[in-house]
Amino acid sequence: MAEVLVLVDHVDGEAKKSTFELLTAARRLGEPAAVVVGAPGAAGKLKESLASYGAAKVYVAESDEAAGYLVTPKVDVLEKLVGSASPAAVLLTASADGKEIGGRLAVRLGSGFLVDVVDVEAQGDEVVATHSIFGGDFVVKAKSTKGTPVVTVRAGSIEPEQADGAAAEESVEVPAVDAAKSAKITGSEPVTGGDRPELTEASVVVSGGRGVGSAEQFEVVEKLADALGAAVGASRAAVDSGYYPAQFQVGQTGKTVSPQLYIALGISGAIQHRAGMQTSKTIVAVNKDEEAPIFEIADFGVVGDLFKVAPQLTEEVGKRKG
Amino acid sequence: MPNIVVLVKQVPDTYSERKLSDGDKTLDRDSADAVLDEINERAVEEALLIKEASEGEVTVLSVGPDRATEAIRKALSMGADKAIHVSDAALHGADVIQTAKVLAAAIGKVDGVDLVIAGNESTDGVAGAVPAILAELLGYPQLTHARKVTVEGSAIKVERETSDGITHLEANLPAVVSVGEKINEPRYPSFKGIMAAKKKPVETLTVADLGLSADEVGLASAWTQVLEASPKPPRQAGQKVADEGDGGVKVAEYLVSQKLI
Ligand SMILES: Cc1cc2nc3c(=O)[nH]c(=O)nc-3n(C[C@H](O)[C@H](O)[C@H](O)COP(=O)(O)OP(=O)(O)OC[C@H]3O[C@@H](n4cnc5c(N)ncnc54)[C@H](O)[C@@H]3O)c2cc1C
Ligand SMILES: Nc1ncnc2c1ncn2[C@@H]1O[C@H](COP(=O)(O)O)[C@@H](O)[C@H]1O
Repeated sequence: MAEVLVLVDHVDGEAKKSTFELLTAARRLGEPAAVVVGAPGAAGKLKESLASYGAAKVYVAESDEAAGYLVTPKVDVLEKLVGSASPAAVLLTASADGKEIGGRLAVRLGSGFLVDVVDVEAQGDEVVATHSIFGGDFVVKAKSTKGTPVVTVRAGSIEPEQADGAAAEESVEVPAVDAAKSAKITGSEPVTGGDRPELTEASVVVSGGRGVGSAEQFEVVEKLADALGAAVGASRAAVDSGYYPAQFQVGQTGKTVSPQLYIALGISGAIQHRAGMQTSKTIVAVNKDEEAPIFEIADFGVVGDLFKVAPQLTEEVGKRKG
Repeated sequence: MPNIVVLVKQVPDTYSERKLSDGDKTLDRDSADAVLDEINERAVEEALLIKEASEGEVTVLSVGPDRATEAIRKALSMGADKAIHVSDAALHGADVIQTAKVLAAAIGKVDGVDLVIAGNESTDGVAGAVPAILAELLGYPQLTHARKVTVEGSAIKVERETSDGITHLEANLPAVVSVGEKINEPRYPSFKGIMAAKKKPVETLTVADLGLSADEVGLASAWTQVLEASPKPPRQAGQKVADEGDGGVKVAEYLVSQKLI
């Protein structure tokens, strides 16, 4: 069976959940081979979790340079591995980095590039990808017509399933970086997620809009989120008004989320907001305007004041958890 | 005196309904109003700020159908100096990689480019990959998803912001930059700017003018192929209740009935 390369997205020695989603998808296409590119020592702590999601092999490409330049070292390593392993496909997370690495790799290899897919399947020898476009209004199936398909997969769209993998380690030399063609990383300030789940990974998301009224009052949103073990999101109006940081924006120019449950508090439901959340399994909305467009897509809507409804719901959830 | 090329794209207005054409499953550009993509206004603004700090020239580049001229005029009316518009029926249905190849060839037509500035992600394709692919094709460093750009002589520094956090980047010109939403507030074109834009030079090029062959770039030669496309049935509205002091309890009951809590 052909290998399927999966680029591991890792921070502080831990793989992100999206990596396990990729490994799960890779098993449908062939034999998953995880690729770790990073500073010396990066792979050590990752191996066990990669094995538990079915990685048959773990390619380890470690060097100071690999972590010292943006994007290009990862492209170099993947290019080299495609040459030596002739995989059936290369899978990456459709994050900012993953999209850029994938695009550069595809053009270098002369491969078709399938972007931001929500599902993949094997049809004979071919990899067929499903895209959800225009904020979920259209579903499109596509395949690559040239070379090893390079596929970026939207985080949260494939349910990760555990499986035993041998995780046989193989080290790979990181090709020398051409400094004239690369951007040097001189420092970084990773976001500290806190205790809440990551927005694109959470199974429940509670979002607040302009109706929340102030940064202080976002506490109402956070309290409900914490009672539900949910991530917190925000509309662009809430972000623009300074109520909540931009990395939590949901919508066309923010994150696309597709949780089991999405609760919208004080959000009108503009088309650009809907584009980022309308594929959620269940949508609950609280808005004091009964004409608000969010109600057109809500499975359960409450016309009322979020400052009355949300705290009561928080209390009810707390009671049921006992 | 940086010589800057700004990449702008005309996209269907997100406020109007966006569709795929029934025939070849490409974007139905006629069904929606078209606008200069908002992120590209920020790209133009950043180019103008850099130019104003140290002089230089700003060339707008767009690959798209004839009516993309409207987006180009908008960028010129903000203050860009001149424009290149690549328009060719052969480009119909081009994918991200082909688009990037055409952009790279067109950038090759501009003498002594120091900086290419793009948006980080377009609202129609959301590939978020064109700037990186361009960097690959041009052999320039990529400093993408910028929330801050500083150019000093031939050195460039960028603060990259993504959902992973902030990364500080450094490289030498020439380079490719893409800008994020937080970089600046784009200016409104002044009346004078709008009038001046009408006289600014717009060079229109075909694929052949760029030394590319038509069968390298269009739908028939795309490296990916759409097999099927179907509209998703619109979501239906569910129950709606008015809060009578028990709204929170009602939601909780609903969530229990759906086994969500
Ligand atoms: C190119 C482009 C991209 C965009 N991208 C995004 C994006 O990614 N994400 C996004 O969200 N938006 C985006 N927008 C903006 C979008 O058009 C809307 O402006 C935005 O979503 C509105 O946010 P809102 O619903 O919080 O605010 P509003 O539209 O002002 O709605 C606030 C709502 O709160 C309700 N309300 C007020 N007080 C209370 C209360 N006490 N209790 C209950 N309800 C209350 C009001 O009835 C109202 O419906 C984009 C726009 C453009 C042009
Ligand atoms: N056809 C095009 N013409 C000009 N610029 C483009 C075109 N396509 C993409 N770009 C640039 O690349 C950025 C990112 O686009 P994308 O990778 O498609 O999300 C856009 O904001 C533009 O600056």
